Amino acid sequence: MAQMTMIQAITDALRCELKEDENVLVFGEDVGVNGGVFRATEGLQKEFGEDRVFDTPLAESGIGGLSIGLALQGFRPVPEIQFFGFVYEVMDSICGQLARMRYRSGGSLGAPVTIRSPFGGGVHTPEMHSDSLEGLVASQPGLKVVVPSTPYDAKGLLISSIRDNDPVVFLEHLKLYRSFREEVPEESYTIPLGKADIKREGSDISIFAYGAMVHESLKAAEALQKENYSAEVIDLRTIQPLDIETIIASVEKTGRAIVVQEAQKQAGIAANVVSEITERAILSLEAPVLRVTAPDTVYPFPQAEAVWLPNSKDIVATAKKVLEF
Amino acid sequence: MVSKKVQQFDPVVNLQEIEEKFEMFQILNEEGEIVNTEVDLQLSDEQLVELMSRMVFTRILDQRSISLNRQGRLGFYAPTAGQEASQIASHYALEKEDYILPGYRDVPQIVWHGLPLWKAFLWSRGHFVGGQIPEDVNVLSPQIIIGAQYVQTAGVALGIQKRGKKEVAVTYTGDGGSSQGDFYEGINFAGAFKAPAIFIVQNNQYAISTPRELQTAASTIAQKGIAAGIPSIQVDGMDPLAVYVATRDARKRAIAGEGPSLIETVCYRYGPHTMAGDDPTRYRTSETDSKWEKKDPIVRFRKFLMSKGLWSEEKEAEVIANAKEEIKAAIKKADETPKQKVTDLIRNMNDGDLPFNLKEQFQIYTEKESK
Repeated sequence: MAQMTMIQAITDALRCELKEDENVLVFGEDVGVNGGVFRATEGLQKEFGEDRVFDTPLAESGIGGLSIGLALQGFRPVPEIQFFGFVYEVMDSICGQLARMRYRSGGSLGAPVTIRSPFGGGVHTPEMHSDSLEGLVASQPGLKVVVPSTPYDAKGLLISSIRDNDPVVFLEHLKLYRSFREEVPEESYTIPLGKADIKREGSDISIFAYGAMVHESLKAAEALQKENYSAEVIDLRTIQPLDIETIIASVEKTGRAIVVQEAQKQAGIAANVVSEITERAILSLEAPVLRVTAPDTVYPFPQAEAVWLPNSKDIVATAKKVLEF
Repeated sequence: MVSKKVQQFDPVVNLQEIEEKFEMFQILNEEGEIVNTEVDLQLSDEQLVELMSRMVFTRILDQRSISLNRQGRLGFYAPTAGQEASQIASHYALEKEDYILPGYRDVPQIVWHGLPLWKAFLWSRGHFVGGQIPEDVNVLSPQIIIGAQYVQTAGVALGIQKRGKKEVAVTYTGDGGSSQGDFYEGINFAGAFKAPAIFIVQNNQYAISTPRELQTAASTIAQKGIAAGIPSIQVDGMDPLAVYVATRDARKRAIAGEGPSLIETVCYRYGPHTMAGDDPTRYRTSETDSKWEKKDPIVRFRKFLMSKGLWSEEKEAEVIANAKEEIKAAIKKADETPKQKVTDLIRNMNDGDLPFNLKEQFQIYTEKESK
């Protein structure tokens, strides 16, 4: 097995699927010769040719519409939106069109499009480059939304997303692209969509998170362990649909829960998780379910981002409120 | 009856004919010689010198900004070298009351329009004070979303028209931006309302890595204006005089109530797309770079002015020294501005009383940030 960063695992997943299925097409702004602004498509145009891996003109809406059209011709498009902050430009294609393909065709037409896009804070980008906008797409019936937190998961989940017959928004956290390496099999493998992953077992409190916040939550669990609290950390991995069974089973075991998201409090996946818990497991709860989130402002430019982003200390503080309730 | 044979309309020939009509407008060639003597420049010697001084200042500003960025003293920065004629000569044709909607590379124009340089530096760092434009400066903060400013320009121009003012709205994007839906919507709306706008496309050949040829099948970007029914021109964007005259004439038409214009300035970005890791050697050759560097706007304008006895090495050295001083003072002033806080963001984003959730968050972050 090879040691890979998340970005390498993503490139590897794309390579596997380009090899596996001649209908897979990879395209977007600067994905060709340049290999993508983060090098996610590095070398792919050279290996598979301009017919399969190509640059488009600069227009996110155009990329969205093109994907739908290519899907209608039997292709399996894997477009890249250069930064997820640009999603507003392609919102109609994603939410108004792609998500409604099954609805409009009475279930007879799928749209096997996987939209890849980087997002997330902590790397000093300009405005519109770091925002956590997953809540916007996750609130749209007809879409699946996947957010991997490790290189291994990124590869398996991306392959599953590409093979899915319906649209998937696959969000890649910028800070995780090169933050660490792990063993990733060179062959093709899949991880089922809609399945959470128990990253660390525990008995006193459940911490639910996704993306970069999984790693902050694991750090927080370590710190809590020092104070003799046993925290279970669950990586949601797919935020739409949620793995409700795993979430509820964990809460029924621990009796306490917090939900962590990098997005603003009002922009929420966390709110969905809390609602599911209170609707389904309120009698198992020993304390209110609290959230750790960013404040309700637009994502700030670099100068304030260190304070703005939730971190392990915030998670520990909130976990203790729940543990000591 | 013998019917007269009518020649069928040939759309292929029609396209060829339209494209052939778009000749690049040039006044000053690469050698600094006037090649178009029919145009009345209407620029005094002092104005020519002022235009050159601004271009030289802007080149120095670019060099300093790149080095400040490398030292971690500036935030987001999109290099401008190679585009001085496109940016500065088009701006030179404007009046103080005109309204500019810039893209992220268009910081020099708004600085010359009155945005204090120290504020431009703060904008680069993402500091909110950089977004606070002085009341008498008619500019918007640079747009990050490619092309979004184009539609807004139609709105500003329509507003100017409704107020009966003799002003124009001016906007900039790049060759990549001309592919966005917003581009077409902006020029079409402005045309439909005959609004006083000038749409400038700085065709610097690459949208990050994507070459102009992959951007569109059209042989010029200027011809896109034809479909919107607005006068359009392609100019040598490294010729300050051609850019100036094209913008001046577009402004005259707009003020006279004749509606918007589209100007494509053919130029080149010498540097990377931005200072955030773009590596032009991945998509451009050094041969291409040097081909364009031979067209340099400052070099040719210097030759022209020197041949008229209006410019000297001493004069240029003086402009450079002043620029360095001014930049140093501006960075110092930017450094003196207190760092922004999350509580600043909460306050700035809300006019008036804070709702419950934000009052609570304001408290939480006040505590966090006092530590």
